[in-house]
Amino acid sequence: MARLGMVIDTRRCVGCMDCVVACKTENGVPDGHCRDWITQRLEGTMPHLRLTITSERCNHCDNPPCVTCCPTGASHVHDYGQVVLVDHDKCIGCKACLASCPYGARFIHPEGYADKCTFCIHRVEKGELPACVAVCPTHAMHFGDLDDPQSEVSRLIASRRHFVLKPDAGTKPRIYYLE
Amino acid sequence: MLELVTTRHNPMVDPTLHVWGWEIPVYLFLGGWVAGSMIIAGYFARRGRPPGAGGVASVLPWLSLVLLSLGMGALFLDLEHKLYVWRMYLTLQPASPMSWGGWILILVYPVLLLGALASIPPDLLSGRPAIAGLAARLRNPVTAGRLGSVSMVAGVALGIYTGILLSSLGARPLWSSAALGPLFLVSGLSTGAASAHLVARDPDEQASLLRADNLFLIVELALIGLILIGLATASAVHANAAQLLLGGPYTAVFWVLVVGLGILLPLTLQTLMASHRIPHTVIAPLLVIGGGLALRFVIVSAGQYSHWITP
Repeated sequence: MARLGMVIDTRRCVGCMDCVVACKTENGVPDGHCRDWITQRLEGTMPHLRLTITSERCNHCDNPPCVTCCPTGASHVHDYGQVVLVDHDKCIGCKACLASCPYGARFIHPEGYADKCTFCIHRVEKGELPACVAVCPTHAMHFGDLDDPQSEVSRLIASRRHFVLKPDAGTKPRIYYLE
Repeated sequence: MLELVTTRHNPMVDPTLHVWGWEIPVYLFLGGWVAGSMIIAGYFARRGRPPGAGGVASVLPWLSLVLLSLGMGALFLDLEHKLYVWRMYLTLQPASPMSWGGWILILVYPVLLLGALASIPPDLLSGRPAIAGLAARLRNPVTAGRLGSVSMVAGVALGIYTGILLSSLGARPLWSSAALGPLFLVSGLSTGAASAHLVARDPDEQASLLRADNLFLIVELALIGLILIGLATASAVHANAAQLLLGGPYTAVFWVLVVGLGILLPLTLQTLMASHRIPHTVIAPLLVIGGGLALRFVIVSAGQYSHWITP
């Protein structure tokens, strides 16, 4: 079974927000909410500063606390690609998953259920790329099976220095950032 | 220097998490209160003062039914997808304390109803022989003792789950303590003992509830100390969370309302009452009840404020 993940090259990402706009358009994300976003990290001391731009979203963790805490099974790991999804008709809107996510990747949809990035599973199941990956103008984003050593994402992780967000939270995120 | 700038602006998540308002602290408080009352009622039932015998065990099931219903009402108000609440009861998710809690609440209601039924005076049930017969069986000392045991077990499960519910959410460092479940249980016991003390008419019951409440308050203080020491001596993330109560924005409200007015002052008053140096007063039990409510508000609010600080 595939284990889908994402690799994002921080040397190529310019923070243009195309991924954010593509996600909102593709998924009909309601106004005032976002499933993905841009974060800028400025580190160091003048004049030795380092700016890192990251396109962030649900990390579809291997150890997803949002799935563990869900009282109804609405948050679940999908058979296809082990993507973490929310079944809207099972969600009671208790918000435990929002509190359990160290990345703040979830929000409450105006209709009342928990919502978040789906890796555009409706596209991926048809063999297409997630909308954010497909539109990236600098080709900073890559998507594929992390368990396949020949996949583009696996080869990038094997060949480049990389990091994940909040590794010490213990969730084993599946979005890797190339340094 | 580390400066983070994000374009994310999701309601209830940014700039800091605030998914739970007044409803969840009120529910956790009332649930803990009911848990404590059930344990105390069960204890008295096992000691030969069951519902129907005229003591506090006759009042507590009724009080608990009202409090639990109010608490579940608050819980329902908190849900964002209210019409789907029945989904809770189509499954049991073994890893989810919230799922366990939903089923524990289902177990608690019939136990409380049986206790309440047993406490109804027989002459009020003279026109309903079937119910009167059931109530008479429940007042049988052996049955009452068994029902007391079930009440105590259900109370412990209810009280401890309210704390585990929070401590299982590892993304909130302030809640990352195994002692949070016992703290909420003991706080519930303390609140239950205080309210039972308020309604007790028998001097022996009053005296034993007073002594019990003092013990619960001392244990509560010890557990608060253990939680703070555990957090402050753990990782930087947890130490930062502890700072919310040890010099941060929640420090004043925690130490004044929860520890000072909610534990230390009533403990002092009740110690003086127990040694007959001051007359019995309702102020101390009311302070204990207010302190239990303040504890839930501070822990729920500060816990949401605490977060994983690494990028």
